Amino acid sequence: MSRKGATGVLVLPVGERDHTQGLVDAPVTLVEYGDFECPYCRQAFPIVKEVQSRLGARLRFVFRNFPLTEQHHHAQHAAEAAEAAGAQGAFWQMHDRLFERQFALEDENLIEYAQELGLDAGRVAGALAAHTYKARVREDFMSGVRSGVNGTPTFFINGVRHDEAWDVETLTKRAESSAS
Amino acid sequence: MTNTTTRVTQSTRGPLTPGVPAPDFTLPSGPGQTVSLRAFRGRPVILAFYPADWSPVCGDQMALYNEILSEFQRYGAEILGISVDGVWCHRAFAQNRNLHFSLLADFEPKGAVARAYGVYRDADGITERALFVIDGDGVVRWSYVSPIDVNPGADGILQALDDLAPSGAR
Repeated sequence: MSRKGATGVLVLPVGERDHTQGLVDAPVTLVEYGDFECPYCRQAFPIVKEVQSRLGARLRFVFRNFPLTEQHHHAQHAAEAAEAAGAQGAFWQMHDRLFERQFALEDENLIEYAQELGLDAGRVAGALAAHTYKARVREDFMSGVRSGVNGTPTFFINGVRHDEAWDVETLTKRAESSAS
Repeated sequence: MTNTTTRVTQSTRGPLTPGVPAPDFTLPSGPGQTVSLRAFRGRPVILAFYPADWSPVCGDQMALYNEILSEFQRYGAEILGISVDGVWCHRAFAQNRNLHFSLLADFEPKGAVARAYGVYRDADGITERALFVIDGDGVVRWSYVSPIDVNPGADGILQALDDLAPSGAR
């Protein structure tokens, strides 16, 4: 068997460009590459919240876009809408809303969610129409491809791909062992 | 006893390694259609052996490659998926997942191409989850066998194509 290089290692370090929750100097950083239309990511959504609540200040969470656009026809625009909300300081509110309403991700829904969140919905609509955040989403996507993301969701704990199950217990256990 | 012998034979042989000429083959790519490896001479080819169609996860291995075809095309590379599933199964799977590249049926004689590349699992009757990058001269330049239940992603393939590029890209 020949060399595969450093597989399953996060090649784009978490930095300024990222959407993060938690402290910069938290001992554990959990990165998710996810797709807002993926049912497994929807399943993972409350699981990540529970892991965050269990680890508290010891955990920083990062979400990067990995839309599988050939399978999920709304995933690209949903990702761009999250970025557009992010430009108005509301990435996480939109992230949560998209998973909560995964069954309704048409453009009109995305714009409606921006309104509900009190954002400038016109700006979000304009960004979707102009594909303002398309390149940004692709940058997330390719950073994932180069890091060995192999489906959605894919998690990295302190930069190393998590190949095990991602139930609350397993993720918590792995995150805690990375914290110490 | 038989099992032990088989295992030893397999591990001794293993997947083809870099520097070895890639065995040519012609396999069905659909009802009444075939694809031959030699037809891609002059361009890199990615062979992705996988255990079976219809893996039950979002973004399975073939779906992931489907998303990044444009990246492979930047290297002029062709990707071919290969499993022991038949052409009708492949067709239904490709339509369901909206795949835009060929899935080849290593169906009869079963697994013959996988055997030639050293990645057939006799005990299971399926291929390994194995990747090969072949250069424009038809020489294996990179190979990798993933644990059967781990989707290897695409980072290794892209790295191998990067490594080809200075001298290998035409």
